[in-house]
Amino acid sequence: MIARIAAALLGVVLALPAQATIDIQEVTSPGGIDAWLVQDPSIPFVALEFWFVGGAALDPAEARGATYLMTGLLEEGAGDMDAQAFAEAVEGLAASFSFDSGRDSVTISARMLTQNRDEAADLLRAALVEPVFDQTAIDRVRGQVLSIIEGNARDPNDIASSTFSAMAYGDHPYGAPQEGSADSVAALTRDDIVAAHRAALTRGRVAVGAAGDITAEDLGLLIDRILGDLPQDAPPRPGPVALDLAGGVTVVDFPSPQSVAFFGHAGIERDDPDFFAAFVLNQVLGGSGFRSRLMTEVREERGLTYGIGSFLSLADLSPAMLGQFSSSNDLVAEAIEVVRAQWADLAANGITQDELDAAKRYMTGEYPLRFDGNGTIAGILAAMQSDDMPVDYITNRNTYVEAVTLDDVARVAARLLQPEALHFVVVGQPQGLSPGN
Amino acid sequence: MLRPVTLALGLTLLPVLALAAGEAEEFFLDNGMQVVVIEDNRVPVVTHMVWYRVGAADEPPGQSGIAHFVEHLMFKATDDMASGEFSRVVGANGGSDNAFTSWDYTGYFQRIASDRLGLMMQMEADRMRDLVFDPVEVATERSVILEERAQRTDSSAGGLFNEQMRAALFLNHPYGIPIIGWRHEMETLGIDEARAFYDRWYHPDNAILIVAGDVSAEEVRALAEEHYGPIPASGALPDRARPQEPPHIADRRLDFADERVANPYVSIQMLAPVREPGDQAEAAALVYLAEILGGSGQTSIFARRLQVEEQRSLYASAFYDSTSVDPSSFGLVNVPVPGVSLEEAEADLWRMIDGFLQDGIDPDQFARIQFRIEAGEIYEEDNAQGLARAYGVDLTTGLSLADVESWTETLSAVTPEDVMDAARRLFDDPSTVTGYLMRPDMPQASAMEVSQ
Repeated sequence: MIARIAAALLGVVLALPAQATIDIQEVTSPGGIDAWLVQDPSIPFVALEFWFVGGAALDPAEARGATYLMTGLLEEGAGDMDAQAFAEAVEGLAASFSFDSGRDSVTISARMLTQNRDEAADLLRAALVEPVFDQTAIDRVRGQVLSIIEGNARDPNDIASSTFSAMAYGDHPYGAPQEGSADSVAALTRDDIVAAHRAALTRGRVAVGAAGDITAEDLGLLIDRILGDLPQDAPPRPGPVALDLAGGVTVVDFPSPQSVAFFGHAGIERDDPDFFAAFVLNQVLGGSGFRSRLMTEVREERGLTYGIGSFLSLADLSPAMLGQFSSSNDLVAEAIEVVRAQWADLAANGITQDELDAAKRYMTGEYPLRFDGNGTIAGILAAMQSDDMPVDYITNRNTYVEAVTLDDVARVAARLLQPEALHFVVVGQPQGLSPGN
Repeated sequence: MLRPVTLALGLTLLPVLALAAGEAEEFFLDNGMQVVVIEDNRVPVVTHMVWYRVGAADEPPGQSGIAHFVEHLMFKATDDMASGEFSRVVGANGGSDNAFTSWDYTGYFQRIASDRLGLMMQMEADRMRDLVFDPVEVATERSVILEERAQRTDSSAGGLFNEQMRAALFLNHPYGIPIIGWRHEMETLGIDEARAFYDRWYHPDNAILIVAGDVSAEEVRALAEEHYGPIPASGALPDRARPQEPPHIADRRLDFADERVANPYVSIQMLAPVREPGDQAEAAALVYLAEILGGSGQTSIFARRLQVEEQRSLYASAFYDSTSVDPSSFGLVNVPVPGVSLEEAEADLWRMIDGFLQDGIDPDQFARIQFRIEAGEIYEEDNAQGLARAYGVDLTTGLSLADVESWTETLSAVTPEDVMDAARRLFDDPSTVTGYLMRPDMPQASAMEVSQ
């Protein structure tokens, strides 16, 4: 059987779909808002995705958590509807809206049936343009946020990543959790929420993706109907920040049989000429969905963890090279040594031809599989625009991956991977992690 | 509304109410392997799944975790492929693969370009009967599943609490044993147990092949006959008769304190009937009941009354697991706001139930839920992979394709009276398990620099 599989594999490589075949229409609404559309009338609904760039990083230092709380309040009353009436109206149309905030953006995902699309759009407009922010709802949702903050403070994964961010970014907005602290959230006023709403949701900084049963003309009208009454001008964003953290290990004592390790150092910008080489490098080192070096060495060979991965964080204001795993308290020190050794090996020696080939085959083959539903397609289209990527990126992306050479990867590995700069935050009660580690 | 806590309830949440019954085609190979094809031609991708009608509830006593352990070992060597080669070949062909184990089923799947389907079947058929058990691999992988247990359960107060709740709810049925296994039994699992379990259950007549995506039923039939067809039927499949529950005649209570608990809560669980072949009406009514009591985070009775009007709950909900081989559970949960005790939170839930049994159902709420169930069919069509998974769950829990395809219709036919009748049967003097997840006071986590 092995020969047949090898033969199939060989034949396959050339036959792989080299590019995603989706047809993106660039739409500009009558009101001047740009959007990308993949029209597909086969199912009678449309998925819409709005990315308002800016996000929680826009919070003033004295109002950390304002954007997060504001986003949670968008569906808690709008126009002449209270929270209850709004939810009943959305459910009655079988529409769905989700409102999320992140460090760099507030994102809204919506699904609307063709049969009642305009009514659903009016509800979404009300939530975005005319949120009520009444004091009762503010206090109720504030209570939910405080319980989330409490939960994060007792979650080893969250403690690990937030400790890392605080150490790496200090007073920059990236140094604070987007939910804010218990103290900052308790002090938020309605004025803070209104100000966060004004800053975060603007026509001037929104990216729109759409997929499903709608024409370009109807989409233009629909977007104006939803977003047309938002203000145009957007406030300035904070500047970039360097990931400022020396190599080493920080232990946070936490009562658990297992330790969570979150680690990393500075990364690489998306517009760096070596970005795609770094992308391939990370796939080999610790990319997901793939037999990476880290999964092989830490899990498969030694059984030190259930899962480990590394990733290139493309946070707008500070790219980073990060990773995470969990290991029993008596194993985590050994796992950290294995990670460091892999980091050093790749920095010094790059990757092998086999690894390069396997990574390219995986990355180019996996990419078209992502475009598998209206919701995911709309999300990809909005994300690409928020990153200022060209509309032909989807067509060319696999060519960029294919063009990466062994020398490219070795060059970027020597520059990007800095084993001595790796900082590990370990949350648990690890054994054998002592000075000099 | 922001959901304040992640609740590890171990119940299948109801992400979408309805399973859209798409145009599925079904046939059987001569060796008894069931095949279901769901065609979706929008993108040149297929999801290829093989489900085995075996899960953690079918394990021999004392070997908890063996079903899940065998699932992990399925990615090791066969007589034709090296350890790890399966996933390597999938990845090299641009696909992704994974597997999952539940109490009632074990499933393996790949998502990949549709012209790779034959290769996936070739490899999946290979590991159905030709797995090689290597002592070193088995020992290393046992360490991996112990780390998985440490990560998912031992590191999570909610995970441990949920395990205790199930163990208390099921007096006799193996649904009370965790899928991952009890640690002391996992530590004893070895090559003999794994091989015996594999030889007992991994056969074509105990498997269901589900292919969803850009492929026709005729293409699937030809490929399936080529790759799976030559594998002989077991002919002697064990019966899935598990020990059943005796009548629950006593309420049980448990308190679990853990310093990692952020938001204390109360959970109440009771046995409930599930979808039965040819008889899904009671389960359909219970789906509505869970939605009406605690489905929507804004408009359900719990959300409206306890969260919004009275402001006594951070989060309150109801859960129902409609699809399993044997009777499962209906659950209520309430996370009180600070200052409301767990005793009061428990009483609040029963006060809501009593009020509901007296006042009945708001017809507007009922109509909204019904419309969403029907619209769910439209949205489900957008997700062939999700559809494939739903078919797999249903078919491995004893339902027929006819049951799957009539489920939405059955849901649509439910009346408010049906729901009230089902609610009275469920809540009429039930024996319940009531659990408090609490916390002792915990000192603030402190950072300590140990190096450089």
